[in-house]
Amino acid sequence: MITVCRIEDLPPGESLRVTEGVPAPVALFNADGTVYAVDDTCTHQDASLADGWLEGCFIECPLHAAAFDLRTGQPTCPPAKEPVRTHRVTVEDGFVVLHVTVGEPV
Amino acid sequence: MKSVTVVGASLAGLSTVRALRAEGYDGSITVVGEERHQPYDRPPLSKGFLNGDLDTDVLALGSPDEYADPAVRWLLGERAVRLDPAARTLTLAGGRELRTDAVVIATGAAPRTIPGAEGLAGVHTLRTLDDAVALRAELLGGLPRVVVIGAGFIGAEVASTAHALGLDVTVVEAAEVPLERVLGRAMGLVCSSLHADHGVRLLCGTGVAAFTGSSGTGNGGTGERRVTGVRLSDGRVLPADVVVVGVGVRPATEWLAGSGLAVDDGVVCDAGCATGVPGVVAVGDVARCPDPFTGLHTRIEHWTNATEQPRTAARTLLSGTSAAAPVRPPYFWSDQYRARIQLAGYAGPGAEPEIVEGDPDSRSFVAVYRRHGHDVAVLAVNQAKLFSRLRRTLTPVPAAAAATTR
Repeated sequence: MITVCRIEDLPPGESLRVTEGVPAPVALFNADGTVYAVDDTCTHQDASLADGWLEGCFIECPLHAAAFDLRTGQPTCPPAKEPVRTHRVTVEDGFVVLHVTVGEPV
Repeated sequence: MKSVTVVGASLAGLSTVRALRAEGYDGSITVVGEERHQPYDRPPLSKGFLNGDLDTDVLALGSPDEYADPAVRWLLGERAVRLDPAARTLTLAGGRELRTDAVVIATGAAPRTIPGAEGLAGVHTLRTLDDAVALRAELLGGLPRVVVIGAGFIGAEVASTAHALGLDVTVVEAAEVPLERVLGRAMGLVCSSLHADHGVRLLCGTGVAAFTGSSGTGNGGTGERRVTGVRLSDGRVLPADVVVVGVGVRPATEWLAGSGLAVDDGVVCDAGCATGVPGVVAVGDVARCPDPFTGLHTRIEHWTNATEQPRTAARTLLSGTSAAAPVRPPYFWSDQYRARIQLAGYAGPGAEPEIVEGDPDSRSFVAVYRRHGHDVAVLAVNQAKLFSRLRRTLTPVPAAAAATTR
């Protein structure tokens, strides 16, 4: 369990990257008021999804425009073929809390 | 339409198969590919594959279920040599003829070479997987002195990879400023300074006069002539164990001689990828289409174009009338010396760059190119997040020009 930031510091449409205390970097997104977290590195090639374009609850990779559904981690178009792992996020007392999924990718 | 033949089995060819299916075509598809490999991704060939980090299987573009489609036939290791649109036949190198209702030309391009390289071991071009395997073996084999001819993106990426492998690299560029044609002078200077940052020699404004080679009696008497150096047009000789020629490509259109198709630096198409011949369209590096964003009638040799353009071509083919191309800024990226360079839009003559974030000296910045007061391109080095946003705010060049003449 990692306390990431105050919820005001991750307003709708914004993203941030968590690199400390996690086995692999995690990207958090505020998609119209709901915060999602997925593995930050695109499953296609080396790029940070936190740098990507957020549209609804889909994130488009900044390098090759592969898109992932933040709710499931599943890719919605090529070139990505593999899903990104999703992580549970809660908001507790005004803080964004990340519950990192351990184990193999889905 | 019951049969479509796609000539070319790389990214544009595979994307065409996908686009035809996505647009509702359920007839048979034949894909003819000159290389014996299933479609693979070329960008890593100058980077992660070349340095030995990635294996061939990681490059695969298609998935097993795609190859399981019984109505798609893959003829790999087969070269098309002739197209007869009137008879609707395609002839392969072995003489075999394929009859087809429609043809998609996706034969891409081949590297330009330099006279004198023929039959000289150690001189490479880099386009195909086989090229990369051969070059990789020599670079990983520890041959220490590498000369890269051409400081474009392929040349720069190869130089970066060879440098990271601990090799002694020199880059030779004929132009005074590398990348000036695509980035303009100022940003061409900035991006090419990455070579010097890492101690790689960059020699600009000089051409190649000749290669020097061994006599052919060495190497245990195998008779193989091998490159020993590069003689520049200014008289200098650079000793070289390996030479990589990265001086651009020419579209693969020789096989279309006599087809009646208009060929002039590529297959000449309209914006919907239609050629002058009904039932024949072209996509990817080989297709010269008017681009609604840049306003130019040029080929676009970018990965993203090869993935997106087939959708337009499929619509044109299936509807029988030329489909409208989406107005999107052309996009490409380059990874070199641990820097990520991204460009979207048109940064050619008349577009002036302005730094809007960061600092070129820190190798982390964003520049926006303006034309008639409109943002027509964005260049980012190690600034992917802001780039992702700004690329969506660009104005097509024709619209930018029209706004000022009103």
